[in-house]
Amino acid sequence: MAVITPLLKGLAFTLSRFFSKPVTIQYPEEKREPAERWRGLHRLKSENGRLKCVACGLCEAVCPASVITVEAKETPDGRRFPERFVVEVTRCIFCGYCEEACPKDAIELTRNYEFCGYTREEFHMTRDVLAKN
Amino acid sequence: MVAFLIESVVKVVVVFGVLMLMVAYTTWLERRVLGRVQVRRGPNRVGPFGLLQPIADGIKGFFKEDIVPANADKLTYILAPALSIIPAILIVSVIPFGESVTLFGREIFLRVADINVAVLFIFGLASLGEFGVVLGGWGSNNRYGLLGSLRAAAQMVSYELALGFTLISVIMVSGSLSLVQIVEGQSHVWNVFKPILWLPFALYLVCGLAEINRTPFDMPEAESELACGFNIEYSSMKFAMFFMAEYAHMISLAALITCLFLGGWNLPFGWEAPFVPKVTWFLLKVFVLVFFFIWERGTFPRFRYDQVMNLGWKVLIPLSIANVVAVGLYYTVFA
Repeated sequence: MAVITPLLKGLAFTLSRFFSKPVTIQYPEEKREPAERWRGLHRLKSENGRLKCVACGLCEAVCPASVITVEAKETPDGRRFPERFVVEVTRCIFCGYCEEACPKDAIELTRNYEFCGYTREEFHMTRDVLAKN
Repeated sequence: MVAFLIESVVKVVVVFGVLMLMVAYTTWLERRVLGRVQVRRGPNRVGPFGLLQPIADGIKGFFKEDIVPANADKLTYILAPALSIIPAILIVSVIPFGESVTLFGREIFLRVADINVAVLFIFGLASLGEFGVVLGGWGSNNRYGLLGSLRAAAQMVSYELALGFTLISVIMVSGSLSLVQIVEGQSHVWNVFKPILWLPFALYLVCGLAEINRTPFDMPEAESELACGFNIEYSSMKFAMFFMAEYAHMISLAALITCLFLGGWNLPFGWEAPFVPKVTWFLLKVFVLVFFFIWERGTFPRFRYDQVMNLGWKVLIPLSIANVVAVGLYYTVFA
């Protein structure tokens, strides 16, 4: 009896588990809300239809993984803007230093964690992609 | 004569088809039930409730690359999966799953063959099935495979003894080796309700699980120690055949236990249910047993190899011999 009771107990336990609701999140249909401060894909913020970024290059300088490339240009009325702004997301460590370093509050890490592609180039996120994100 | 031939062929085809379907859907059931036991969902993407999963798996099995290792013993390597699955399927041929029905003015018995030594026949085939596993591990010329098959051989040989002794007590109670007569003898009281057969029932369940290499006795396959086991070098349909054999064995064990202890197609206490074909009860019992095998797999951790051997030789074999003596004494004294 001392041998059999624990076996029956185990069976009863697994049976109760069998009738419990599964905890699985059915991913593409159901999504888990990421944490409030989740650091996902970058976004270049805009104001009045213009990018806030002035291409100062501080994010490029602070980036520990060296994934940001900024090339500055000036408009005829003397306003600086990024001609080219590339984040190589595959190598990015999502530390958020670019967001912290930015003096214009022009870049932020969003909660978007769903970006995928077939080639490495697809992960070289350019200015317009990041602005729309 | 012609009518008999047609009848036999139809029965064979139907039983084989149903068995293969049950094998396929037992894999589905196993994955679903294990999933639910582990608070997961299990396969649910292919078709509603994942019901087309076995078919997808089968198609995938066919299209996988079939690898034969360079140093393998070709003949045994190729022969082993067939040797494993054929006895597993043949066992079902002597299992009676219902009384007779009348079709086209002919009384048709719901069994492929009714032979008077069915129990011995099944026993022989079950031990023949071992050779598939043993030769598979040996023929693939892989040390892990060999170790797995050695374990399988040792385990099956030692548990077969206990299984055989347990069977003797059932035969003593029924007075027949024919499964049909054993089932018919249970039309009023199932064997499992006879106190004298409680111990044999438990022993048979345990030894049967060991015999078909099912958890907690799944020695031949061990991911952690043997990097898989006897089927390590097998791929594609050959692997699938070992897999199917395993599930066919599970179903035939369930069917056999149903016949020997759970009254076959009979309802308990001689009850009769009008309009319901008796095959239903048989299939229901098989389903319950198969469910139990899966449920039990989701519950118990596996034994260590030496524990399996200890349990087999030091506990189950003495118990089963004592049981034979006890049942024999009971019948000589009281009957």
